[in-house]
Amino acid sequence: MKYAFYVFTSYGVAGVMTLCLIAWVWLDGRARRQELAELEASGFRRRSSRPAPETPDDMGGETKA
Amino acid sequence: MTESLAITKLSDLANPTRFMALVARLVPWLAAITALLFAVGLYMSFTTEGDYQQGDTVRIMYVHVPAAWLAMMCYTIMALSAIGTLVWRHPLADVSHKAAAPLGAAFTLLALITGSLWGKPMWGTWWTWGDARLTSVFILFLMYLGLIALNRAIDDPSRAARVAAVLILVGFVNIPIIKFSVEWWNTLHQKSSVLRLDGPTIDPEFLRPLLVMALAFTLLFFTLHLLAMRNEILRRRVSAQRRMSARIASRGDAA
Repeated sequence: MKYAFYVFTSYGVAGVMTLCLIAWVWLDGRARRQELAELEASGFRRRSSRPAPETPDDMGGETKA
Repeated sequence: MTESLAITKLSDLANPTRFMALVARLVPWLAAITALLFAVGLYMSFTTEGDYQQGDTVRIMYVHVPAAWLAMMCYTIMALSAIGTLVWRHPLADVSHKAAAPLGAAFTLLALITGSLWGKPMWGTWWTWGDARLTSVFILFLMYLGLIALNRAIDDPSRAARVAAVLILVGFVNIPIIKFSVEWWNTLHQKSSVLRLDGPTIDPEFLRPLLVMALAFTLLFFTLHLLAMRNEILRRRVSAQRRMSARIASRGDAA
């Protein structure tokens, strides 16, 4: 193939960039979910996901109102 | 004041929650279709005929044109989101244009690099500043970088979103300049051959792989954008919860 260097470098750069974007989105999401899980484990919950007031806290942590 | 602000923000999270459920349902399908289209598109990109003049470098176009298309589409999506931020103050609009900026920067850079890699063998030069298309796309790349920096510089996300939204809308003037630069000025870059009022002038042999790759890249963008938006919502939840737990802790200390 003539100009193979230019063609394959183009596809190579596109492939690497796509993989970098996928990795960034994946790792970022994983890190944020981990942070949320740590916050939840320390006893803090989002208002919407908090159980009804009568229900005992199933995480074993202290309930913060 | 701070209390009422906190309450509005919390009630606003109701909508992003529904959005998160939608993302979880959509993304596996979008990712699967994207992968399939890339498989077909890449196969077509390397099995179709080369151009009688450009030879095999025409294959660079199957990456370059979709990347350039995404560079402009991404900015247009950001401009629409910016209107959502300024007119409706919708938190999802803030998240949308913030999450799109790094993706836009990446695809613009890809368009610039692949363009250079085509330009060297075909024009005899990697780059020329005199060309309006090349320069205006480079300005688009700088604008994406500026928006990323701006979002990082301002801590309060809703303030950052409003400032960024104004800048995005001012910068939108560059999009028609990019699109019509090849007609308004005498450029080294060729004129449009796909999106024309009188229909594509490109041979179907090249148009078919180009369209499949363009569709694959577009779906890739939407998959990544949805996931990046989800990540941004999670980031805001984490910081909101950290702020709230710090407030509770300080209240406990004071008592």
